[in-house]
Amino acid sequence: MKQETRKEIMFTGFGGQGVITAGYITGQAAAVYDDKESVLTQVYGPEARGSACYSGVVVDEEEIDYLYLLSPQVMVVMSQDAYEKFLPKLQEGGVVIVDSSLVEVDERVKKYRLYKVSATEIAEEMGARIIANVVMLGFVSRIWDAVSVEGMRESVKSRVPRKHLDLNIRAFEKGVELGEKALAKEC
Amino acid sequence: MGKTVLTGKHFWYGNIAIAEGAIAAGCRFFAGYPITPASEIAEHISRRFPQIGGIFVQFEDELASMAAILGASWTGVKSMTSTSGPGFSLMQENIGLGAMMEVPTVIVNTQRGGPSTGLPTLTGQGDVMQAKWGSHGQYEIIALSPDSPQEAFDLTIRCFNLAEKYRVPVILLASETIAHSAGKVVVPPEDEIELVYRKKPKVPPEEYLPYRPDEDLVPPMACAGEGYTITTTGLTHNEKGYPDTTAEAQEKLARRLNDKIRKHRKDIVDVKEENMEDAKIAVVSYGQVSRPAKRAVKMAREEGIKAGSIKLITIWPFAEHVIHKWAKQVEYFIVPELNYGQIYLEVKREADGNAQTILIPRMGGTLFTPREIYQEIKKVNKK
Amino acid sequence: MSKQISKEEKLEELHPMDKWLRSERMPHIWCPGCGIGPTLYAWARALDRVGIDKDKVVYVSGIGCSGRGSGYLNVDGFHTTHGRAIPFAIGIKLAKPELCVNVISGDGDLFSIGGNHFIHACRRNDDLLVICINNFIYGMTGGQLAPTTPRGQYATTAPYGNIEHPFNTPHVADASGAVYVARWTSIHVRRLEKSIAEALTMKGFRYIEVLSPCPVNYGRRNKLPEPDDIAEWFRQSSVVRNGADTSEVQIEKDKPLILGNFVKRVEKLTYYEGLKKLEERVRGAR
Repeated sequence: MKQETRKEIMFTGFGGQGVITAGYITGQAAAVYDDKESVLTQVYGPEARGSACYSGVVVDEEEIDYLYLLSPQVMVVMSQDAYEKFLPKLQEGGVVIVDSSLVEVDERVKKYRLYKVSATEIAEEMGARIIANVVMLGFVSRIWDAVSVEGMRESVKSRVPRKHLDLNIRAFEKGVELGEKALAKEC
Repeated sequence: MGKTVLTGKHFWYGNIAIAEGAIAAGCRFFAGYPITPASEIAEHISRRFPQIGGIFVQFEDELASMAAILGASWTGVKSMTSTSGPGFSLMQENIGLGAMMEVPTVIVNTQRGGPSTGLPTLTGQGDVMQAKWGSHGQYEIIALSPDSPQEAFDLTIRCFNLAEKYRVPVILLASETIAHSAGKVVVPPEDEIELVYRKKPKVPPEEYLPYRPDEDLVPPMACAGEGYTITTTGLTHNEKGYPDTTAEAQEKLARRLNDKIRKHRKDIVDVKEENMEDAKIAVVSYGQVSRPAKRAVKMAREEGIKAGSIKLITIWPFAEHVIHKWAKQVEYFIVPELNYGQIYLEVKREADGNAQTILIPRMGGTLFTPREIYQEIKKVNKK
Repeated sequence: MSKQISKEEKLEELHPMDKWLRSERMPHIWCPGCGIGPTLYAWARALDRVGIDKDKVVYVSGIGCSGRGSGYLNVDGFHTTHGRAIPFAIGIKLAKPELCVNVISGDGDLFSIGGNHFIHACRRNDDLLVICINNFIYGMTGGQLAPTTPRGQYATTAPYGNIEHPFNTPHVADASGAVYVARWTSIHVRRLEKSIAEALTMKGFRYIEVLSPCPVNYGRRNKLPEPDDIAEWFRQSSVVRNGADTSEVQIEKDKPLILGNFVKRVEKLTYYEGLKKLEERVRGAR
């Protein structure tokens, strides 16, 4: 059987955190800037703010013939609700990246590879809570080989308002740096 | 002026791809009413049209929207609306008028679950028969169904081309799945996009009859304000466009309206066949179901099962000749649909006893996983 | 064949308005005493008076007796679905703004099944002339109750008399934002023609109600059975009051019929003008 090239990531949190945007930026990074195939799907409900939500991105070297998540290898968790609700969907042995400013983990996390990123705190220190997702994107681009750091950076740039570009890039680079450190620690 | 054709590589939601496909096809009139999960098409067009000089109107309802795109098309401008189930139901009266007056226009139905208000935010394929039979009377229509944002872009352009070629309303049967998932869309350079425009009259106004067809059964179309003094009506009419409510006139007109589509079935029908050469089991799918179906066939092939897939890109007119042909080779057609059997019945009819047809029904809401379809293939294979 | 041609030539000699008619379609379907013919005559005269190019005139109608008019006049004519003449016409006008687009239809078509389109077109100020030929009844389908049938009057679906409250259509148009509102009857042909001509020189949503006899399906059931009985009612009861408050022009049985040019607003932007300004703004900002 052919080597499976399909890769999946799931961004989870509550509405308003930019969970869908994070998925979009990741998908765009893969499709447009890294020239792979990618698909973004999302939960779509009448609720606009506050409830647990997610987006899923599939990245592949070849045409994607099933667009929803089958078995995500990576999950970004940005709220406690999302942790409770979505963690079981993560593939066994998969990578879970939690926003440690907002999420407390318990023993259920033990069967996964855990990274803690205090994205919201970092974002608040930078002056805008809203860019916590961009910190996460920097981190993801460094530790997940499905998208490149460069591709992700370009994708972030294309999606943020020009006047907030610097701030977003700083947030992104901070995430990359934390990813770098996390990897170094493992070596 | 903004760019009309956004040549390049994009990561677009299906709804955005549809809107950009329409713009690339030359659509410059859009009328619509907000509805989930189609609203992003109208939203995107309302943002883009002022940049490129198109007319956008959010009407009071879908009845008005559908009427307005017919009116706009009668001036020679390519027009479109987009909606979902409940709005599609309201549009049926003027889809019928469009078929009767022979107006090129495009209607996007981003399908959700039904009946009635149903599942506004979840997917479905319950409007397939409605697309064909939704308005009253005997008429033929064209409908295409995309399985990805790229296909949504490409097929929207083809919808306009077919509408112009055959002077008929054409329906893009999209879905919430496609509307709200994003994927790579490659937009070719403007000069590589083939566009079709309706035939214009070749005779002076005094010799022109608005409903005298050419050999292809399609009459050349003079538009409002061009000096041809056209008259048209939803009533049964003669070649002059005058009401003629007799059985003879009806026989002639209704027959032609149907035949101009039926007799060009092979030109209109587009299917994608894979692994069919030696297939004994064919999965017939369309729209959003085609992708898991394709993967299921791949999984079956890996197990050595002689499975193939037939993806219907054109839904209406139905690919009769395709099913008819393969029915002689395959033993089973498996039809997974997000309804309780609509295209299934068409396949069964065309299989005509030569192959067995098996429905995998689902009422909508979620898409099949590849495994679900694969298991059905396996089950059939054991028979 | 040659006989027919000479007949048409003779007709042309006889009537200078013949260029507006598709003579080969005569006779029309309308009954003796009907007000649709005189109304269309006044409209065509007004087009002539204003000097509008015949090739730029578009006539859109809905369903009903008056809906048939678009097929009898020698202009681009669109006989659409019931109630949808206005949005169909909006599509034409917005897509080709140089056209003179007219909706001429009935009271059932414009105010019952098409009522929502009417008020919204007033609100948006779509650039159309809308003429409602109001005969107080559904004529073509056999005399059923209309949203304009006066209280107490009879219809085939109101055999004991109408218990509903009818629309005061000029007031509906006025309240919804129409820029021109008038009411005449089909026997006031000259004043109607002048009013139409005035409306044709304006832009925006212009509305003229034309009260019109339906001897067969309204008159016969309401003690006005002869072809000119309703015309006689109009003659005797009409009071011209230009500039009248539209809230005071409700038609009631045995009360005067208030006619006149009621409303004229000038400075309201049409939808199309708004769209063009928006385009400039959007492109300027880029």
